[in-house]
Parts: sequence; C-alpha cells; structure tokens
Amino acid sequence: MFASILKRLIQAVFVVLCMTVIVFIGMNLIGNPIDLLISPQATQAERERLIVEFGLDQPVWTQYLHFLDGLLHLDLGRSYIFNEPALKVILTRLPATLELAVMATLIAVVVGIPLGLYAGLRPHSPVSRVIMSSSILGFSLPTFWVGMMFIMIFSVKLGWLPSSGRGETVQMLGADWSFLTLDGLKHMLLPAINLALFKTSLILRLTRAGVAEVLPQDYVRLAHAKGLSARRVTMVHVLKNVMIPVVTVVGLEFGSVIAFSVVTETIFAWPGMGKLIIDSINNLDRPVIVAYLMIIVLLFVTINLLVDIIYTLLDPRVRFASGRAA
Amino acid sequence: MPVDLADPFAAEPQERARPVRDFAREYVRSPGAVLGFAVLLAIVLAAVFAPLLTPQNPYDLMQLDIMDGQLPPGESSMAYGFNYLLGTDEQGRDIYSAILYGLRISLGVGVVSAVSAALVGATLGLFAAYKGGRIEAAIMRLVDLQLSFPTILMALMILALLGKGVANVVLALVLVEWATFARTARGVGMVESRKEYIEASYVLGIPAWRIMLRHLLPNCIPPLIVIATVQVARAISLEATLSFLGVGVPITEPSLGLLISNGYQFMFSGLYWMSVYPGIALLITIVAINLVGDRMRDVLNPRKDA
Repeated sequence: MFASILKRLIQAVFVVLCMTVIVFIGMNLIGNPIDLLISPQATQAERERLIVEFGLDQPVWTQYLHFLDGLLHLDLGRSYIFNEPALKVILTRLPATLELAVMATLIAVVVGIPLGLYAGLRPHSPVSRVIMSSSILGFSLPTFWVGMMFIMIFSVKLGWLPSSGRGETVQMLGADWSFLTLDGLKHMLLPAINLALFKTSLILRLTRAGVAEVLPQDYVRLAHAKGLSARRVTMVHVLKNVMIPVVTVVGLEFGSVIAFSVVTETIFAWPGMGKLIIDSINNLDRPVIVAYLMIIVLLFVTINLLVDIIYTLLDPRVRFASGRAA
Repeated sequence: MPVDLADPFAAEPQERARPVRDFAREYVRSPGAVLGFAVLLAIVLAAVFAPLLTPQNPYDLMQLDIMDGQLPPGESSMAYGFNYLLGTDEQGRDIYSAILYGLRISLGVGVVSAVSAALVGATLGLFAAYKGGRIEAAIMRLVDLQLSFPTILMALMILALLGKGVANVVLALVLVEWATFARTARGVGMVESRKEYIEASYVLGIPAWRIMLRHLLPNCIPPLIVIATVQVARAISLEATLSFLGVGVPITEPSLGLLISNGYQFMFSGLYWMSVYPGIALLITIVAINLVGDRMRDVLNPRKDA
C-alpha cells in the first residue's frame, strides 16, 4: 500500500514539474518577455542592461532552472503593479476567496440535499418536476449572467443588497473576514448564492439519483417492513447511504468552487484571488499570473492526491489492484 | 441535424434496424424538444442571414450615428429613419443588429471548437480503446489530469498564456474539451470492440485500421453526437464567460459575451437593454441547444444514465 501511495506522490510531483515547464514555456517563449518587461521608451543601452539583469541573455534551460530555483524558495518575483512579492499579493487575497467558497458550498449543501431528497422520494410530483427543471437551468445558465441579473434585480431595482465589495471586515488570525459582521454577510449573500447555483444543481441531482438507487434496495424495504416510521427510514437508512457520494463530490468540487469564484468575484468586485488574476491578466502583471497558476496547480494536484490516497485507504479493490482499474 | 445520423444500431443483430425516420419520429414525441429544435433552427438561420435581417452593419463605423447613442428600445434613428427595436449602445450601435452579428461569432466559436475537440478526442479515445496497454494508460492518464482541472481555469490559464483572439479562444476550448470526448469514445469503443461483429471482422482478416474506421467508429458515433451537441452549448457559455472577463474575443469581433460585458457598465445607470437583450439571446441559444441535446440523448441512448 505504501508503494501505491508513493507512486501517486511521484506522479503528483511529475505533474507539477510538467506544469512548471508549460507555464514557463508559455510565459517566456510564446509571449516575448522583453516586450512585456521593458518599456518601449527605453534606450538601447537600458534595454541591454535589463536583458542581462533579468537573465534573458542566458540559454533557455538556464532560465528554466533559475525559475525552478525561485519556485523552491517560494520566490515568484515581484508584482509590477503592487511592488510586493507576487506570492504575498495572492495570499493576502486568499481569505476573501476562501470564505466566499465555504459560504457557497454551505448554501449548496443546505439547499441541494433536501430538494434532491424530495425529488427522489416523489419523482412524479409536479414539485419535483419543477425542481429538476430548475436544476437544468442551474447547470446551463452562465454564472456571470445570473450574477448580473442578481445585481440588476436586488441591487439596482430593489436596492436590498449591496452589489460590490466585502463590506465591513473583522480581523481574525491575521486576516480580514467578512462573515463575522452583518454588513459583511449582506455583501457576501449575492455572490455566495451566485457561486452556489451550479453546485446546488449538482448536489441536488446526485442526491436524487442516490435516493432513486437506494429506495428499491432490500434493506430499505426491510426497514419499512419492520414498521419503522417513513421519517426514520428516510433520515437514517436512505440518507446515510446517499451521503457517501455526495460528501465525496462536495470535497472534490471545493477546488472548482474556488476556480469558479474567478467569475463571481469579477462581477461582484469581491477582492479575492479570482478578481486579482483577471486584473493581473489585463494589466500584464506577469509574476502574479505565474504565481497564481502555480498555486492553482499545487492546489488541484494536492486535492487529487488526497482523494487518491483516501480511496486507496478505504477501498480494498483499489488497494490491492496493482494498476489503476480504469 | 438528425439527418446526419447513420443507422446507429444496425450492427447489432438482435436489434431491429432504426433508421433516421425512426429517430425523428421518436424525437418529436417531446414537445419541448421540438420547440427547442425550432428555436435553434431560427437562431442559426438568423445568424447566417444576419446581413439581410438587420437594418445596419453594427461594425461598419460609417453606418453608426453617435447622435443615436444610448437610445432606449423602440426609438427611431434620427439619421436613417429605421426603428431601434432593442435600443442602441453608447456609440449608436443597434443592439438588435449587434446581437445577430454577435451570434455568428458565438455560434461559430462554439461549433468549430466542439467539432475540433470531438475529432481530436474521439480519435485519441478510440485509439486508446483499440490499442490498450501503455498507450491507453498514457492517454487516459492525460484525460484524468485534464478533467481534474475545472474547465474555466484551464481556459483562463491557456488564454493568460496565449493572449486574446478568436483563434486562441477556439484553441483553448478545444484543449479544454477534448478530454470529455476521449473518455466517452474510449468507453463506447471498449464496449463495442468486445462485440461479436468486431471479432468476426478479425476472423475475416480485415486490417486493423479498417476495423477501426469502418466498423468501430460508426457504432460509436451516436453518443459522440449527443456529447458534441451539449458541448457546443458549453463552449458558447464558456466563451461568453471568458469574453465577459475580458480575456476572450477582441473588441473587433464581439460575441454575445462581449456585448454583455460592454453593456454591463451602463446597467447601473438604468440602461439595461445594452446587456440584458444580448444576455437573453445567449440564454435562449444555450437552453435551446441543451433541450435538443437532452432529447437526443434520451432517444439515442436507451440506458437511462443520469
């Protein structure tokens, strides 16, 4: 079993290395770094000095090793815009994104599971049909469009909720948090619902599919035959078994909530990592873009690695199979 | 669209042959899907014949009149006399015309990227299913890796590296979507290649490439078409999102997403029509394609998977 975990670990490192190569090539060979880094007004002497200073006269592989070296020392260059280390710029935005993602996941779970349960228990009721059709909308409507409509209806027309920013924040553990103040929560509500829509539909459908699968099973019939109340059968026998895939997906999808926050944060001017990367792309703030890409790659590789390891620990079929059963 | 379908289950001896007519007959049983198809057809025609259906070419600056800027829906043009059905933007561009021209970009990007991704993905997937072994493991590992990253992030990363542009957006979408096709093609290909008619082809001594192209591929096409339909909608939506974020198509070739993005800044001052109408056009397009795709899946795929 250790061998298989070690194998996964080596694969993960390999993936990260591959991504550094891709990012490096993309940043340095496709775009011309000289044009990006040096202002067009610079004199020829200045240009040459800067080319030497940035190491752009070195062979490509030397530059790559230099890049890797910086990566190992957590040195990803300084942001041109903020004039601070790129990593620090991103990490200060992390709490905003995290709290938004956690809030969205909570909303998705609290709304998605009960609705999915209902739709699974009464598949033919009109209410279930409405729920299922709405979940198709939740899948297919572009997030940015729904967010825009939210702003138009709830902020511009009705004036109920603010449309941008984090509102009042409170310091805790060295970071600013919005969820601890009423004003912050108000600011968080619209973006969180917006971000939650897709996940809600996903969880809803998973729950419904799970219920439909579990209901005809013998142990559910037995529970009914024993005379247990319908409520108890649903809450204990059905729900428990439905929850396993749902919990897995909620965990797995947390990374993608963070990814999708790029869109939501941009619409609601939520000052998190997602808005930062869009601004950096538009400002050609190359060190921040590279740092963001590397952080995201690490995040996803870690999530996948953890899931793989947990499956290896839990599932004997995976544990004892020599290769991955594809 | 259904006309392209070649006899999906003809190769299975126990199944009755189901030609295109049967597919159509089955399809029209769902009124919603018929409506979706009709709407989609209208949208495609509107995009194709946009120059004939619009009062102005919204990207010919000579035809724009700045005096007509920011007019609400229903106002008439001062200079040309025609009616601005859905209002104008800040440069006096007719929103209705801009939507039809924008649809061309959106649909074009969606269809081209989905078809290219289908070609790349299906080829690799079938190849993996047919070859097996190390090649299969390598391809599928790549698919797993690709699918473990959210599409929006992949596309964003690629565009951050390549820069804006229609061709770059298409490339990004293909790189993001091929894995879905590869996985489906491999799945179907594995099931099919175990069937007796493939075995029979081996026994008859038919060369491998011919078995793959003439026997395996045609039987894998129905599920791939279903996926491709849904992927067109996803590609359109993703492209709109990327353009909205400002990393998609350039301002000279505005898709629906870019129109929405341009109008967005005016929404707060109550000039809703600049982004709401393109948005509604985008929505209708995506929902219509999804309706058609869902129905095709139901008809072509008797197994009910969620």
